[in-house]
Amino acid sequence: MPSASPSPLHQAVLRRTILARHLWALVRSAFPHSSTSIFAPAGTPAHSILSLSMLVLGITAAIFLIVAGLLLYAVVRYRHRASDANAAQEPAQIYGSNQIELAWTVIPILIVVLLFLATARIILSTQNAPRPAAALDVTVVGHQFWWEFSYPKLGIVTANELHIPVSDPKHPTPTYLTMTSADTDHSFWVPRLAGKMDLIPNQINTMWLDPQAPGLYLGQCAQYCGVQHAKMLLRVYADTPADFSAWVVRQQQPAVNSPDPQAAAGRAVFQRSVCISCHTVSGTVATGRFGPDLTHLASRETIASGSVPNTPANLRAFVDNPAAFKPGALMPAMHLNQRDLDALTAYLTTLK
Amino acid sequence: MSQAAVIPQTIPWVLPSRGVVGMACLIIAESAIFTIFIVAYIYYLGKDTSGPTPRQVLDLPIFTTLCLLSSSLTVHLAVSALHRANRTFCSLWLAATVLLGGIFLTGTAREWHKLIVRDGLTLQTNLFGTTFYSLVGLHATHVLVGLVMLSLALIFSLNGSMTAKHTGRLEVLSLYWHFVDAVWVVVFTVVYVLGR
Amino acid sequence: MATHTPAPADINQPAGLVTYAAPRRLLLDVLHDWVTTVDHKKLGLMYIGYALIFLVIAGFQALLMRVQLSLPNNTFVSPQTFNSLFTMHGTTMVFFVGMPILFGFGNYLVPLMIGARDMAFPRLNAFSFWISAFGGLLLYFSYFGASGLYGAGSAPDVGWFAYAPLTARVFSPGHSTDYWTLAILLSGIGSIGTALNIVATTLCMRCPGMKLSRMPLLVWLYLVTSSLVFVAVSPLTAAQIMLLLDRYAGSHFFDTQAGGSAVLWMHFFWIFGHPEVYILILPAFAFANEIIPVFSRKAIFGYPAMVAASVGIGFISLSVWAHHMFTVGLGPGANTFFTLATMVISVPTGIKLFNWLATLWGGKIHFTASMMFAIGFLFQFLIAGLSGIMLSVAPMDWQLGNSYFVVAHFHYVLVGAILFMLFSAFYYWYPKMSGRMLSERLGKWHFWIFLIGFHLTFDFMHVPGLLGMPRRIYTYEADRGWMIWNLIISSGAVFQAAGTLLFVYNMVWSYFKGPIAGPDPWDAWTLEWSTPSPPPAYNFAVIPTVESRRPLWDLKHPDDPDSRYE
Repeated sequence: MPSASPSPLHQAVLRRTILARHLWALVRSAFPHSSTSIFAPAGTPAHSILSLSMLVLGITAAIFLIVAGLLLYAVVRYRHRASDANAAQEPAQIYGSNQIELAWTVIPILIVVLLFLATARIILSTQNAPRPAAALDVTVVGHQFWWEFSYPKLGIVTANELHIPVSDPKHPTPTYLTMTSADTDHSFWVPRLAGKMDLIPNQINTMWLDPQAPGLYLGQCAQYCGVQHAKMLLRVYADTPADFSAWVVRQQQPAVNSPDPQAAAGRAVFQRSVCISCHTVSGTVATGRFGPDLTHLASRETIASGSVPNTPANLRAFVDNPAAFKPGALMPAMHLNQRDLDALTAYLTTLK
Repeated sequence: MSQAAVIPQTIPWVLPSRGVVGMACLIIAESAIFTIFIVAYIYYLGKDTSGPTPRQVLDLPIFTTLCLLSSSLTVHLAVSALHRANRTFCSLWLAATVLLGGIFLTGTAREWHKLIVRDGLTLQTNLFGTTFYSLVGLHATHVLVGLVMLSLALIFSLNGSMTAKHTGRLEVLSLYWHFVDAVWVVVFTVVYVLGR
Repeated sequence: MATHTPAPADINQPAGLVTYAAPRRLLLDVLHDWVTTVDHKKLGLMYIGYALIFLVIAGFQALLMRVQLSLPNNTFVSPQTFNSLFTMHGTTMVFFVGMPILFGFGNYLVPLMIGARDMAFPRLNAFSFWISAFGGLLLYFSYFGASGLYGAGSAPDVGWFAYAPLTARVFSPGHSTDYWTLAILLSGIGSIGTALNIVATTLCMRCPGMKLSRMPLLVWLYLVTSSLVFVAVSPLTAAQIMLLLDRYAGSHFFDTQAGGSAVLWMHFFWIFGHPEVYILILPAFAFANEIIPVFSRKAIFGYPAMVAASVGIGFISLSVWAHHMFTVGLGPGANTFFTLATMVISVPTGIKLFNWLATLWGGKIHFTASMMFAIGFLFQFLIAGLSGIMLSVAPMDWQLGNSYFVVAHFHYVLVGAILFMLFSAFYYWYPKMSGRMLSERLGKWHFWIFLIGFHLTFDFMHVPGLLGMPRRIYTYEADRGWMIWNLIISSGAVFQAAGTLLFVYNMVWSYFKGPIAGPDPWDAWTLEWSTPSPPPAYNFAVIPTVESRRPLWDLKHPDDPDSRYE
């Protein structure tokens, strides 16, 4: 497990911030819920960043209160009042004071040293964390405007919805992401799990996630990558070990070859259209890499990179005209006739 | 009215020359531009997977470098000559500077011709091509601009318009020329010595 | 020959001279005068006027964005339009509002404050203005001239920092990106020219007695700012030349598909970009250094420390750039270094803030409109600096970077600190520039309305960032809980617009109807207040000689001159 056992200093600071945390929880409860709040960490990187944030907030709040307090005092106390006895006289001209100036140089330097040391610890513990053998490897490739996820050791390729196992702190099973981009810069940000890491073409970046409670964690691309940057959403499903194994087994199957006649007709439409030049459906002639892998499309809850619920009606409308949902998305409108469109939709919904 | 501190006439109020300060600022800004191109060159050294490498195609341009560096000397001599109001020698040394600079540019042109035609290296070929031509080309452009200005100075020296009282201006121009030469020392070292 | 500073009243009205009223000139003559002028004051005013026009335009672009973001999944503007809006808003505000307005004030004030008649290179000054102005027009011509991939409205849409490889031909076809590149290239040349002028003027044209240690702090800060321009704007120029070569000559500087590096562009851009924000804030500090003492009726506290801190900030600002790149994968070593460097810069910055506090302390503070904006600046700059410290902590930046927290932080600096200080500077120096006082009553309305709008928008803007909202998104999902915050933020924009319009009205109305200012309406101490308002073309009839940092204080207080303490 990446080393995160708190040092005595860290623990002391944590204790002092318990009150701050209670206060904060109270304040937070008044606000509408956000599924992407950095204040609801569910993984170790997000936790350690939040603890550090509390320390930083404490220090900066103290500085603010002191300096703003002094400013406010000065502005009130030393205002010019025409009714004063010596209102017309200029005040004493003070040009400087070596002692005071030394003090307010040295104290900030000490604060900087403290902050820096606390920060350096977290940088190193997060980025130099040793990798446990039980870690899961996922390769993430950013595209305009969707996410490609592949599990090289498991032989799975999927898109947009990332399934990873929950990690028990006592027996950690984190997921290591190896990230790059196929086109422009992107950034992977799921606030409740970790800070963000960019996906840069021609460069490999890595980060790790260890969700400690099962559930769905939301995020989205955080580096402007083009027209539909706003709709490049992330859905990370932290599954219990049993659920995750079951999911893996299903994903490892080749595409469902449904005997339903409409689905078969749809498959024919798919395979004779340009669909196959962009999309892959494993076990068929479709081996395109430009667009998301559709082998298990129907097992996903959303389409269009998390921005549209995966229903037959939406699927049909999306295939007919992607620009209606994501203007500027790189998938062209397919201009199929109604019959072909119905068949194709039926086919796609069988790809579980 | 204050009778305090009348500045005694014996302490002169001397400030630097505007031309020199202005040219120094320009040199700093241009140095920053060159630094970025040099950083790009160094960053991409060894990163190519195809195409010619520096070692394969670059020869040390010793002769043209010597010419360019000597032209710094000749331009300095031109300034000194102008300061002594010796128009003839000023024109002579300016002409020598232009000639030496011209030899340098011609040498660069010949080198590029060889690289393009014989070695197949262009701006588009690979990262080395991109960074080499842009860096050396940026320098050559600065040399060209300098030669144009020096030629103008030569003309003004020959027709008598430029006299000893313009020494400051010629000196400012010579500062630019020294800068161009200094940049070449760095480029030469990075590209032809360290990079090969 | 003058060997001491004449009293203000004597300088330009020697007894016995008869003055004539000049005949009214043709409009064409007036225009010709302004177009061909090399007078630093007229050029300064043109820079300022130009910047104000673009301030209104870019502010309107912000309003459009705020309408779009008020509701989730809104369709007020298309994604393409929104992406162009934030690109143009950022590019305009930095290059065609911030730089010109600050250089405009510098152009106007520096020669006056050092007792010179003009800048060192007046024709270069004019050239710099016109080339920058042309750059701005070129950028906006893209609305008509560029042929983007997605149809009409083809202004650049690559973000104001134009990351590679989004700017490559393959991802940004057409010419919108080229308009961005060329417009900024031209404006960069103008900036370098003006900076060169300021440095040469400051070093070579100070009046007798004005040693460097007697220069007004404004002049010091413009000296540091201009020096930064040389080493900061040039890398951007270089990077843009590389981008143009990539797009048109087939080179591979940032061509990731041929082995080029996207991160290299980021390094080059931020080596420019971080010092650039210091180039924008240092002049605001310059104004504060002049205005706060005058309205506190006290000399600035700690002049030598102020100079040292300003120079220190200039140097350190060159070493912090990669705090914009904490999430790019530079590795823990680099992340740690840039965290430290960024934190270190807070020390000299804090020193400046404490010096202003100490200047106020024990003074007699007059709450003119100008001073109110300056006090707003002090509080808001403190907050902006503290949110900057938070972002300097690399792990916090891993969460908050590229989110609305960052947008809130930098707008807190740009609007809360720089724009507030600019308003303060306007109320302070408008009388000198125009001969009329701005209305104090309207000024106070302007202050309060704008203050409310500023805090509504930018205080609350920190929250969506903390709740996971990235920047540069044309819309957002309804289930994220961001809507209420976006509504509040947008509401503040209306107040700021109203405040700005009130300010513009004040400037226009006061020009014709404002009370006559006279040479020294604020009872101030630096040389510009010894000339008539507005100053004549030659600035000073007699070049003054100075013996201290506050020559007019010495004249007004012959019993207790500053020169006794230096």
